[in-house]
Amino acid sequence: MNRLIRPLFVMALVLCNLANPAHADINIEIVGTNAQRFPIAVSGFEGEASLTQALTPIIRSDLDRSGLFKLIETGPAPLPSDPAQVNFPDWGKRGADSLLIGSVTDQGGQTAIRFRLFDVAQKRQLVGLEMRVKPGELRRAAHRVADVVYEALTGDKGVFSTRIAYVVKKGKTAHELQIADADGAGGQTILASRESIMSPAWSPDGSKLAYVSFEERKPIVYVQDLVTGSRRRAAAFKGSNSAPAWSPDGSKLAVVLTLNGLSQIYSVNVDGGSPVRLSKSHGIDTEPNYSPDGQSIVFTSDRGGSPQVYLMPASGGDAQRLTFEGSYNVSPRFSPDGKSITFIRREGGRFNVASLDLATRQTMILTTTELDESPSFAPNSRMILYATEQGGRGVLAAVSSDGRIKQRLSVQAGDAREPAWGPFTKQ
Amino acid sequence: MKKLLASLVVVNFLAACASTSQKVPDPAPTQTNTNPSKPYEQPTATPVESKKPDSFNMDPLKDPNNILSKRSIYFDYDKYDVRPDFSATVDAHSKYLNSNKNRKIKIEGNADERGSREYNLALGQKRAEAVKKSMSVLGVSEAQIETVSLGEEKPKATGHDEAAWTENRRADIVYDGE
Repeated sequence: MNRLIRPLFVMALVLCNLANPAHADINIEIVGTNAQRFPIAVSGFEGEASLTQALTPIIRSDLDRSGLFKLIETGPAPLPSDPAQVNFPDWGKRGADSLLIGSVTDQGGQTAIRFRLFDVAQKRQLVGLEMRVKPGELRRAAHRVADVVYEALTGDKGVFSTRIAYVVKKGKTAHELQIADADGAGGQTILASRESIMSPAWSPDGSKLAYVSFEERKPIVYVQDLVTGSRRRAAAFKGSNSAPAWSPDGSKLAVVLTLNGLSQIYSVNVDGGSPVRLSKSHGIDTEPNYSPDGQSIVFTSDRGGSPQVYLMPASGGDAQRLTFEGSYNVSPRFSPDGKSITFIRREGGRFNVASLDLATRQTMILTTTELDESPSFAPNSRMILYATEQGGRGVLAAVSSDGRIKQRLSVQAGDAREPAWGPFTKQ
Repeated sequence: MKKLLASLVVVNFLAACASTSQKVPDPAPTQTNTNPSKPYEQPTATPVESKKPDSFNMDPLKDPNNILSKRSIYFDYDKYDVRPDFSATVDAHSKYLNSNKNRKIKIEGNADERGSREYNLALGQKRAEAVKKSMSVLGVSEAQIETVSLGEEKPKATGHDEAAWTENRRADIVYDGE
């Protein structure tokens, strides 16, 4: 499974899982990397050749794809997992600042994965961990190892083991709501419909997905349990029901209803009940999103004559306008650290992902693509996933929150749209 | 009320058939008309000469020569105000609805594919509401109009160019039973 190191600046990885034909395969292409990258050698793990799914190719591609690491070639054979046998000066000469070694052993049907991360120059162990997983969890375990390495070296939590949701349109009428690993692998359809599906929103604990489905000939908000697959209508009032957003405690959904004609923001209990109106304008108020502390809601409104981003208390009340440049600023989403807001800005016919720093009030355009939509932050606030168009086809893409690293993810055979990056989940 | 409408159509047909100005039997619509200030269209008031023979017993809503067959109101980019060039269409449907209180319509708002799906859903709603408001001003009862938005989800034109976008920035009037 070991491969020669690949060109780093433009590379395409095809991540396949042939065992499950329902899986959607996604190409990931990195179109930019950080100027400063951590040089790391990831050795093959002792014993992984006997697994149905080798771990280190996944770990390497995770780190590589992040744009923050430079992978140093390790050769095809696994290194000894005993640190006493590691030749640190040799790895230093080969350019590695850090080194990951590990082993896998069978422990009564479970796989025990032991790994150590070293600072090569100091010959010092940064992390040493053991995890035990079931055979079907090897891919996830590899993402977890990559998360540990990422956090140890960058100081930020890794997001490789998180998941993404998105909608794929196939042909003229087939719509599928899918969930995949953050690397695009293991995509599974959780809802198939002949009518549109849009605006998937993860519950804060990652166990449920709220979304809008047109299957009953009008937009209705559903909440689907991702473990049991059961679902129910969370907002099915007169008129249209859309744009669900979870409160951080998971008890409420902000939704957009048209009870009085125009689109306004309401709050409903996730378990049902009467809607409480939060926004009050004579125009469009839509696309609500709670701040991580649950105190505020950012949303899109055309109350000033053009769609702009506004902020209001989570209980409703006076709104404060946040965007002033341009005549079209929509789809705002808080970063999980609460420091910034990403949104879509139209400028000269182009729609781009932008970010607004809430402390400095500086806005930065992050992308160079043309028809961007639906930005959503990774749970570590470092990347933004969004939908864009390439060759007339909907594709998913990601950009680092500083705009330096760009990735394209394209779902095979279909138009991908409406991506939403899921939260951190417990082990 | 439907019976009444049918009898009006028949009367029109008879009136058109008569080559000379014969007296046409009065269908006596006033018996069921609760609003004397707005009497139902009298057959003699129908400009029969403008009708072609093949449209005699056509539903005015479907008669291609009747403005009531025009069901789409187009909008400018990012806009939701009803343009002056569509006021005749809105007027005609308002008059029809005022004269046919039993008829109900659904106004379906649409948007072109560019920009946010959720915002486009809201924009389609606002377009539908703008048409409804224009009709309300002309006296159409709220109870006869339902507004819905299809946003950018049901594009009539599936292209990705200005022509398709123009076609999709639209509100459609759909009568009950259609």
